[in-house]
Amino acid sequence: MRLDIKSTNSTSTPPIIPSSPNDSISVALDKPKRGKRIATWMLFIVILVICSLYIDVTPYQLFVGLPEMGVLLKEMFPPDWSYLPTIWAPTLQTIKIAVAGTILGAIPAIPAALFSANNITPYKSVSFPMRTLLNLVRTVPDLLFAAVFVAVFGIGPFAGMLALLFFSFGIIAKLTYETVEAIDPGPLEAMTAVGATRIQLIVFGVIPQALPAFISYLLYTFEINIRAATVLGFVGAGGIGLLLNQSLGLFRYDRAATIIILTLAVVLIIDNASTRIRRKLL
Amino acid sequence: MSRVHHLRKWMIALFIVVIFIWSMMGLDYQGFQSTSKVVSLSILKGFMHPDWAYVYLPEGEDLLRELLETLVISILGTFVSAILCIPFAFWAAANMSRLRIIPGVGKFTLSVIRVFPEMIVAILFIKAVGPGSFAGVLALGVHSIGMLAKLFSETIEGVDPGPQEALIACGANKLQIIRFAVIPQVIPQLLSYTLYRFEINIRSATTLGLVGAGGIGTPLIFALQVRNWNRVGVILLGIVLLVVVTDFISSRLRRKII
Repeated sequence: MRLDIKSTNSTSTPPIIPSSPNDSISVALDKPKRGKRIATWMLFIVILVICSLYIDVTPYQLFVGLPEMGVLLKEMFPPDWSYLPTIWAPTLQTIKIAVAGTILGAIPAIPAALFSANNITPYKSVSFPMRTLLNLVRTVPDLLFAAVFVAVFGIGPFAGMLALLFFSFGIIAKLTYETVEAIDPGPLEAMTAVGATRIQLIVFGVIPQALPAFISYLLYTFEINIRAATVLGFVGAGGIGLLLNQSLGLFRYDRAATIIILTLAVVLIIDNASTRIRRKLL
Repeated sequence: MSRVHHLRKWMIALFIVVIFIWSMMGLDYQGFQSTSKVVSLSILKGFMHPDWAYVYLPEGEDLLRELLETLVISILGTFVSAILCIPFAFWAAANMSRLRIIPGVGKFTLSVIRVFPEMIVAILFIKAVGPGSFAGVLALGVHSIGMLAKLFSETIEGVDPGPQEALIACGANKLQIIRFAVIPQVIPQLLSYTLYRFEINIRSATTLGLVGAGGIGTPLIFALQVRNWNRVGVILLGIVLLVVVTDFISSRLRRKII
């Protein structure tokens, strides 16, 4: 109780000496705070109620919907293991989409990161637009990219790969430029002093310092992308998602369960391997 | 020593190149159709001339209302997961139980929830409760548990044990300890994580509609299917604005809380 008073009033009122407890002050100071807290909670609850009425989401619906969920889960078991050979190829395609998208996105991310880092590109007129571009790219979720690219390039893995390319570019470039800005300036200064060109500076001063972090970001993005790639098929951008969507559409929940289990296994294995490598790198 | 190190580096580089070539070989390039150029140009034109009339339509189903629905879905989804994840967080926190196996199982459960892609959760809920915002809210609510409960449990593991010990010494029971020693310490951090998850959820909510779970994604996929590029342009613009604005407000709030 006393700690509360100190922390809320230390700036406006003289500090209350802890050794002389004064209950009337404590109560007087406590009241408006509690009132404010209750008001905040009330406001929050009112917002929630308005929200749920607005989109017609009520606990009643949950009550009705949950048994349906149970039926669905029951139909998923046992999974149809005979479907496994059919889904190997699409699973491999999913991994390929993620790998290609991540690496192709990482390549343009290198110059983008160098142009955004203030210690490598000291011109605000270059780094500011570059950073704005990266911020814009990162606001668009990968599936939206995929939906747009499917419309442009037609249904297939190529659209998915392009979507992941843009998405990876945004993340890797952002994380990398932050790393580049934090590198040790010593070697750079030493090289500048002996007359190194800007290219030499980057190749011998920046890259050796930033490379482990860059590869770690590459792997991290790959982990995100493999998850994204499993659902790209929902919008027609290739991979295992297409088959999952089909199985669910045909009410073959046992097949859907096989796909989901295989997907989870792949994601878990890749996540684990990647996390291990990342831990070694940094 | 250094030569071995060098060799290893080259091996890793070679490995990446090989994997990359393998991945590129599997992807057919039928994507480069003759129509692609025309379509790209018309998309660009659509972005240049967004369908401003769609922003507000008196009879409903317009951009503003769909964006509001997206926002509401993510608010409710985040709220649902913030409530649901609290028991999971205490389950997975190592300092909350004496047996080591209990938090271990909890952590494993959370990582399984985390690897489940949101869209799959959404599709399952659509099958269960029908297409619409409700499926979206449930999908966000369930999927977010994985990350939120992990962050919450790590916060709980980091609390100062002093107040807990004091309460134990006065003979408080388990619930009282949680209520008076743990919760007051973790609340600001929990609120901050919840807001952070809200930022992620708003991005997901924009895509949920692509599979029919409500929000702005539904009109977007319709506009894409009928190739109404001007409308696609205005919807994407709306999404970017929504994400930027909510990110800004949420990060402000987070800075204030901590």
